[in-house]
Amino acid sequence: MGQEDKRITDVGVPNYEDYLPPIIKDNYGKWLYHEVIKPGVLLHVAESGDKLYSVRVGSPRLLSTDTIRDFANLAEKYCGGFLRFTTRNNIEFLLTDENNIDLLTKEINEMGFPVGGIDNTIGNVIHTQGWLHCHTSASDASGVVKAIMDELYDYFVNPLLPAKIRMAFACCINMCGSVATSDIALVAVHRKLPEINDEKLRNLCEIPTVVASCPVHAIRVVKRDDKTSVEIDKKLCFYCGNCYTVCPAMPLSDKNYDGLAIFVGGKISNTRTKPTFAKLAVPFLHNNPPRWPEVVDAVKTIVKAYKNGAQKGERVGEWIDRIGWPRFFEITGFEFTKYHIDDFRLSEATLNYSNHSTL
Amino acid sequence: MGKHKTPQLDELKKGKWPSFVREIERAASKSERTVDLLGQLEKSYEDGITLWKHGGMVGVRGYGSGVVGRFSDVPEEFPGVQEYHTARVLSVPGFFYTSDTLRKLADICDKYAGGIFNFHGSTGDIQILGFTQAEAEDLFQSLAKIGFDLGGSGSALRSPSACVGQARCEWACYDTMHACREITNYFLDEVHRPPFYYKFKIKFSGCPIDCTSSGARSDLSVIGVWKDNIKIDQEKIAEYANTFDIIKYVVNKCPSKCISFKEGKFTINDKFCVKCMHCIATMPRALKPGDVKGAQLRLGAKAPVVDGPRLGFLLLPFYDINKDKEDGYSYFTDLVQRIWDFWDEHGKNRERIGELVQRFGIGNFMEEIGIEPHPAVVSYPRTNPYIKFDNQIDKEE
Ligand code: SF4
Ligand code: SF4
Ligand code: SF4
Ligand code: SF4
Repeated sequence: MGQEDKRITDVGVPNYEDYLPPIIKDNYGKWLYHEVIKPGVLLHVAESGDKLYSVRVGSPRLLSTDTIRDFANLAEKYCGGFLRFTTRNNIEFLLTDENNIDLLTKEINEMGFPVGGIDNTIGNVIHTQGWLHCHTSASDASGVVKAIMDELYDYFVNPLLPAKIRMAFACCINMCGSVATSDIALVAVHRKLPEINDEKLRNLCEIPTVVASCPVHAIRVVKRDDKTSVEIDKKLCFYCGNCYTVCPAMPLSDKNYDGLAIFVGGKISNTRTKPTFAKLAVPFLHNNPPRWPEVVDAVKTIVKAYKNGAQKGERVGEWIDRIGWPRFFEITGFEFTKYHIDDFRLSEATLNYSNHSTL
Repeated sequence: MGKHKTPQLDELKKGKWPSFVREIERAASKSERTVDLLGQLEKSYEDGITLWKHGGMVGVRGYGSGVVGRFSDVPEEFPGVQEYHTARVLSVPGFFYTSDTLRKLADICDKYAGGIFNFHGSTGDIQILGFTQAEAEDLFQSLAKIGFDLGGSGSALRSPSACVGQARCEWACYDTMHACREITNYFLDEVHRPPFYYKFKIKFSGCPIDCTSSGARSDLSVIGVWKDNIKIDQEKIAEYANTFDIIKYVVNKCPSKCISFKEGKFTINDKFCVKCMHCIATMPRALKPGDVKGAQLRLGAKAPVVDGPRLGFLLLPFYDINKDKEDGYSYFTDLVQRIWDFWDEHGKNRERIGELVQRFGIGNFMEEIGIEPHPAVVSYPRTNPYIKFDNQIDKEE
């Protein structure tokens, strides 16, 4: 019993008060305005006149304990040990002494990490686990992101764009992470029918659950060798993997069939236009590790077209809305295929019921 | 790392962007099992597929969530990752940390796991990677001793998250971090012991810029807003007017065309303002949200699985969350409970609330949970006459 008594459970969410730097405690709810004072550095001014400098550092999300310790040391050296992370996997050092900004930035850069990701930049790329650590992944998240950001590094450290680009990557259509409303959304997809292993299916899966899991009702109960199993209507299946999620006997990963789709023009903020999902630009590109050159090229094509075509302040989706999708496909050279025309739920609303078109 | 040849991953150590491969190697220099993580990942790069097995139950006693099992499909080749599980750990709201706590977390991660983290996972948990079922209890207790708890997974309330809010943002219309902490702790049982048909997510953003992407990612999205007039400082407007074209970049971009800038005077017809934040975000020194602040609730956002992706629709255009804070968020928690009761009664396995309310009818759903219909729920009213009236034919007439 003694041991049991000491077991601690349900401590809940940590009290953030223990983690806030004094300047934030003092000015909580009393901030006046903020602005970007140099690439990657935010200044927040409080009603009291206090000034807080946040230095934003891009990270690969996956961090070793020793790198965390290095960041802890830097935080102690320059800002009383206080730092935070952003929703996009950046680290922000919270400085009160303006003179420390350049010193800290220098050390961060020497560690191999960039300062940036604010304002009209390509922000850090939200991504998922990929081959590194998920069983349904159709690609590797960290690898694709690394390959893209190596090429677009300058866009993270300097505000070179008409407005910000938020990019995200999900390694399957489960889309962990904020992918669907990104300016550029990469989604890994399977394209092969699940392979049914009858024996495993009978041992590990509930057949009614498997049948019910399919959004397009492509799964039917059948008898094979006098035993109950399921079959998949290959005319209906769109390789979503929902059945695999509920039943390990139906894997659908395949080197030659898995790859990525690219969507563009999503937006989560309510500024100006309503939040909206990204729309399909490129239906499929093969996985080509370790550097996915076709994917990197396609992303660069989008970024370049946007940079050249958008007006100041226009997000990718606003730019495309203005020029129209026919022009978008013309400018990027991406082929418009039958796959671009939606045929899932709510697809009717996506058609053009008018004569409006750029010719 | 000596033991495995990793030519493809080595390629990803090059280039300017910080390399996740270097991070794994750094961890692997201290952790034998993480050496095998590197080896297995290289094999995935060669084979073009994931090498993680599907499923496998792991966890800590008394909790039904918080630990996600990861078992290798090729453990003979990479015994170190035979089990390489993830712990989801409830993060500090606003993602604030001290160096001291980060070091303690790092020590725990080295002692019981593979020496790597995700800061943070997609939902906002700290993720500790690479431990076995046998180590889970000690890991859990070590975390608890420094004040950290496991987060949600499976058909649970997933760890709610908040934008930095009033801690550092002048636009926050309510205390996001406070709301997130209090409400999560109130519903802690639903986080730890999955009671639902499927996951449920709540996210707190302080203003309609929605830095947590709650409107696309959370079944229930809480977004701060104000009701009264935007505050205008005409002197600061004049300063901005010297630096850029206010007509072009602010007036003409206002979605409700409710701003005028004539003879140096900037005015807003707030009656028609849809609180989009554009003007405020463009001229932060001159414009501020008003004083009558609260929050909006949007419902039903989700990723594609199962029935396609959805954004949250505007369920409640204004709710006085600042007053509710004084009442311990009782209005909010009651409403959430009503939504969950409705889900419990009418839902089915793996159906998210957004899918259910669509199937059930949004109007009927609102009636059931006691929220009055209002025109801001829709972009426009119904265009077809297929109305399912509640009453049967009135015989007396
Ligand atoms: S997006 Fe899919 S494959 Fe990637 S981590 Fe999430 S569930 Fe796993
Ligand atoms: S992969 Fe998706 S569409 Fe195909 S059978 Fe499975 S659940 Fe149905
Ligand atoms: S959502 Fe609004 S209040 Fe919260 S951090 Fe973003 S801009 Fe500030
Ligand atoms: S907040 Fe948006 S809608 Fe309101 S006045 Fe400003 S730009 Fe117009």
